[in-house]
This record gives sequence, C-alpha cells and structure tokens, in this order.
Amino acid sequence: MNRIFRLRVAALLVVALVGGVLMGGVMADESSDLMFPVPEFSDHPIPTASVPEVEREVAAVLDVAILFVALCLASYFTLVSRSRRNVLLLTIASLLWFGFWRQGCVCPVGATQNVALAIFDPTYVVPLAVVAFFVLPLVFTLFFGRTFCASVCPLGAMQELLAVRSIRVPRWLDHSLGLVAYIYLGAAVIFAATKTGFIICRYDPFIPFFRLGANTDMLLFGSSILLISVFVGRPYCRYLCPYGAILRVLSCFSKWRLSIPPDTCINCQLCEDVCPYGAIHPPTVAQSPERRRKGKRRLITALMAAPVVVLGFWWLGTALAVPLSQWHPESRLAEQVRLEELGVAESTTEASDAFRGSGRSVEQLYQSALSRRNDFVTLGGLLGAWTGLVIGFKLIHLSVRRRRDDYQADRAGCVSCGRCYWYCPVEKVRLGLISDVSEALPDGQMPTGPLVQLTVGGKKS
Amino acid sequence: MNREKQTDRRGFLADGARVAGVVSAGVLGGFLAGRRGQAEENRWQIDPDKCVGCGNCATHCVLDESAVKCVQCFDMCGFCNRCTGYYTLDGLDSRDTAAEDLLCPTEAIIRTFVEGKAGQNFYEYTIDTDACIGCAMCVKGCALMNGSLYLQVMQDRCVNCNECAIAVACPSDAFVNVSADKPYRLKRVALGVMRQKAGKADKAAQRLIDQVQADE
Repeated sequence: MNRIFRLRVAALLVVALVGGVLMGGVMADESSDLMFPVPEFSDHPIPTASVPEVEREVAAVLDVAILFVALCLASYFTLVSRSRRNVLLLTIASLLWFGFWRQGCVCPVGATQNVALAIFDPTYVVPLAVVAFFVLPLVFTLFFGRTFCASVCPLGAMQELLAVRSIRVPRWLDHSLGLVAYIYLGAAVIFAATKTGFIICRYDPFIPFFRLGANTDMLLFGSSILLISVFVGRPYCRYLCPYGAILRVLSCFSKWRLSIPPDTCINCQLCEDVCPYGAIHPPTVAQSPERRRKGKRRLITALMAAPVVVLGFWWLGTALAVPLSQWHPESRLAEQVRLEELGVAESTTEASDAFRGSGRSVEQLYQSALSRRNDFVTLGGLLGAWTGLVIGFKLIHLSVRRRRDDYQADRAGCVSCGRCYWYCPVEKVRLGLISDVSEALPDGQMPTGPLVQLTVGGKKS
Repeated sequence: MNREKQTDRRGFLADGARVAGVVSAGVLGGFLAGRRGQAEENRWQIDPDKCVGCGNCATHCVLDESAVKCVQCFDMCGFCNRCTGYYTLDGLDSRDTAAEDLLCPTEAIIRTFVEGKAGQNFYEYTIDTDACIGCAMCVKGCALMNGSLYLQVMQDRCVNCNECAIAVACPSDAFVNVSADKPYRLKRVALGVMRQKAGKADKAAQRLIDQVQADE
C-alpha cells in the first residue's frame, strides 16, 4: 500500500476523532484526489500562486565573449609581450570573474561532461555557450599552448597564486600521479554519458571557496588541495584535472609555444630552479653507445608490453562493473531494496521509502539496475583499456629520448605561466634591466649547467 | 642535414595533428549545435509528485539560502482551520500559535482568516517566500491532507549549477531538467484545475500555466 495513502488514512482518523470537520460532499472531477474540497467563498476569489521568471545574470554570449578575450590576452601576454606581470594580473582578474563572480560555473573543465552527455544522449540539450567553453580553449591550445591554464582557468588561478614554496616532486612520482588525470577523465566521460553523475563538478575542490559554502568533506578536500599547492605547484592541474589532461596532449602539437630565453640560452639553470611545476627540462648530455643500446632495448620492451598492459587493464575494468554501476543512485537503491526484500537490511532509507511510495514495481527496478550493470561491464572494460593505453603510452614516452641543446619547457607540462621570464638573464638583458647576463648570475659566476655549443636563433622551428 | 629533415618531419606531423584537432573541434561543435536545434537550455526543477519532503533542499543547495522554496497551490487547499501543514500534530488541538506548535521554523506561513461558513472557519495560508528556507516541513505536513503545499526551485535564485547539489542528494529522484522557457512544474491534480481556471480568462492562472512544463 502506498505510504502517503496510509498516512492519509491515519490523518483521516485523527481528524474524524477530533471531529467537527466536514467530510465528503461534492467534489469537482479535477480535484477528486483532494481529501478536503476547496471551499467556495462569497467574496474571496481563490488566489493563484505566482512564481518568479528565470533570471539570467549574464547573457551566455557575453560569457563566451569574455572567455575569448581572456584567451586572446593570455596568449598575447605569454607569447608576444612576454610579460609575467600582465599574465599574473590576468590570472587574478580571471579568478575574480570566472571564480568568485561567476562562481566557477560554467567552466571548460566541467563542460567536458556536458559535451560527453550530449554526444551519447540526443535528448539532452547542451547550451551552445557550454560547447563554446569546451572548444575554445582546445583550439587556442592547438595554436598557443596551454595559455588557458596559465591565466584564464579560475581553478588554475587559485593554485597559481598559492605556489610560493614549491618543492620538486620526484620524477617517478610526478609521472605516476600524472596518469590519474587521464583515468579521471575516462571515468568522468563514462559517468556523464550514462547519466550517473557529473563527478568533475561534484568533486571540484575549489567550488567551496568560489561559492563560500560546501559540506565538510568538500571543504576539507578543497583546503588540503590549497594547502598542498603551497608546496607542490598546481597539484589539481597536474594530477587530477581531466580537462588539463586533454590540453596536455593538444599542447604537444601547438603551433607556437612559450620559449624561455628570447634568443640564445646561456644554460644558467635559473629557470629550471624556479619553475614550480617541474616543467622545464635541462639540456641532454651525450650518451655512451652502451646506454643508447640499453635505451633501445627498453623502448622495444615498452612497445611489446603496451598491448599486454591494455588487455590486462581491460580485463580488470570488466571486473569493476559492480562497483562502477553503484555510482548510479538507482543501482544503490536497487541494492537497498533487495536487502530489504531479503529481510537483512537493518532499516529502510529515505530513498527506499520514497521508492515504495512511488508505485514502481520492484521487478522494474531490478531490471533497470541489472541492465545498467551489464552496460558497465562494457564501459568498465573500456575504462580499463583506456587506463592501460595511457600507462602503455607513458612507458613508451619515457623510453624515448629527445635531444635538447638548452633548457626547454615541457610541451605538455608547461602551463605558460611565464615565471621563468622573471628569472631568465637573457630576458633581463632584452628588457634592458641589466647590460650583461653575468650580472644576473650569483657572484657573477658563469653558468654551470652542461654547456653545449650555442647556436644563435635556429634551435626552435 | 639529417636533423633538419627530422625537424621537418616532426613539424609536418604536428601541423597535421593540429589541423585534425581544429577540424574535429569544429565538427564536434557543429554537430552538437545542429542536433540541439532551437531547443531552450535546461534548468533544474522539482517534480512535486515525486517529492517526499525529506528536507535536503534546505541543506544541500550551494547557495547559503536555498534556491528551493515552498509554493502554495490555493486551488488544492482546503483552507482548513486545522492545518497539518501549519500546526504540528500536537498543536492541532489547541491551535495555539506558540513556536513549538508551528511546523515552519521561520514563520514563513501566514495564516489569515477568510470566512466562517456552516459553522466552519476557513483560513488562507500564504507563503512568505523571503522567509521560506525550503525545509519542506509544511510540505510533509500538508501531504497528510490535500498536499497543496509543494517545493519548487525558484528560477530567479537558482544559479543553474552543472550538477545540482540537491539533485545528487535527492532520495526520490524528484529533480528533473525542464526547458528554460517553461521552468516550473505543477502537481498533476493542480494542472487540470489550473487549466480550467485559465480557461475562464484568469490571467494569473494563465501566467502560471505558461511557466509550467507538463509531460503529457
């Protein structure tokens, strides 16, 4: 029996006992569900409730226009005017506008999920502004590198301003944690496409600060990310951000990108020391033939291992169907209802009570949950294969050596913040702050880095 | 020479990848834009027929003061003297308006005497929207009787989060996506009454109907 109905019967009895209330009477057809008829008053018309109109604070077009202008400015400041100060000012402005004023929504990071959902569910209406928010930074990254991350993204801005005491993360840890972002991206796409939830938004650590309110868990998570970002530069961007994971890949193909010294690198190592994100690589030293042979062997091993890793993780992923499908509230509900039916549940939950009041049959619920579980066998396999692919690619990438003649920003890892501009002696000479590079070096000593033959200009295509 | 060639090859590949990237981004955008047609974007709303009045709306909204508020559908209200949405069950007998006898924690329900008829006193219950926090105490109480009080997401307050924090916490899956040009819901029972009222050239009813999305 319907729970509300039972309550109604109980209430009816209470009211009847108290007495003095008119029951029954002639009821209008439309209001036949009503327990008490709406009275007809002699001179008081029945009012109608009014509800407020949709209020749009900022038109969507304006939002997109501001994003576009911010991206243009960011790219101009990093690549053309090479001004760290302006980049920093833009970072603060973006944090205030996109973060605190627009409250971090809509952001390109979360838009990934809307786009994923829109691709898989034709009935979902994705706002054009959200599509623009997703696509614009991607296109800009293909041309100018991750200038979006540098000074437009409010999430990045928050961490950028806190990166004051950065320590160097060990290479193995940096590379391993970096994989998490790709797995997170895969999971977010799967959960969005199956309408399980928008996990990027749900676990956005900065939203509690932008909106000045959240539950304790998120506040703790957000605070710890902020605390960590004082010592480890941009932990969210480097190890979690799913959109950053896409931008990393695209940034490898960017047409132009930040170059640390304006012309010839003097290999002073200052930039590598100041980069809080470990995104500057020193020049390579010549290898002995012995090491080169070893490297080749390692590459071959990695290439052969990659398919095995993909298959292994695919199998592991299919085994995760149950826990993955439980992210969907309906599957959790089905589980609870099943426990209640078996009589082993300690108590009912709000959700199961609501379900029993809804008139939906238990079989329908089970059927829906089971078919979702089957879907998640495939999806979990895909997520596993994706994880394996990412790991395999990382192994191959680590086995390939690139020759570098000077200090260069990592194509994927560099967020174009321009901190290195502030320290590069060659840049200081260009700006006329000093007359000779030796003035910028401690005690006027000459560079200690592995010096290679300097060529003027032609090192970057 | 060899190195130059290599750089050329790498540059060529990068150019190719870039062009492919831009083209696919454009195709994706165009595809999504084309498929959605002229449809309005979505807003969050509560389906009052599914709502169980759990109280999460008051506590889970990202706004300090929830975007969810109570709405009184007068055309479903019995104008009862003993209102289970206004008084606690203990308070029903005495009808004493002491705080402990009232359900609403913020005094957001205003009780006004309307008329005495056939030995009955009828009272109108109006919601003071500014004071309402969307806790659903009254909604749950009213559900014992006519169920004229129901919760709605107020679209002037809602910031339309990508994922509504209340929807995540909702136990009865009552949060639905509605079109922004019809961003409200009515109970099924009220819909018929309201249509009839609107048919009698009632402007307020027509305005409400125009704002309500109904899945037929």
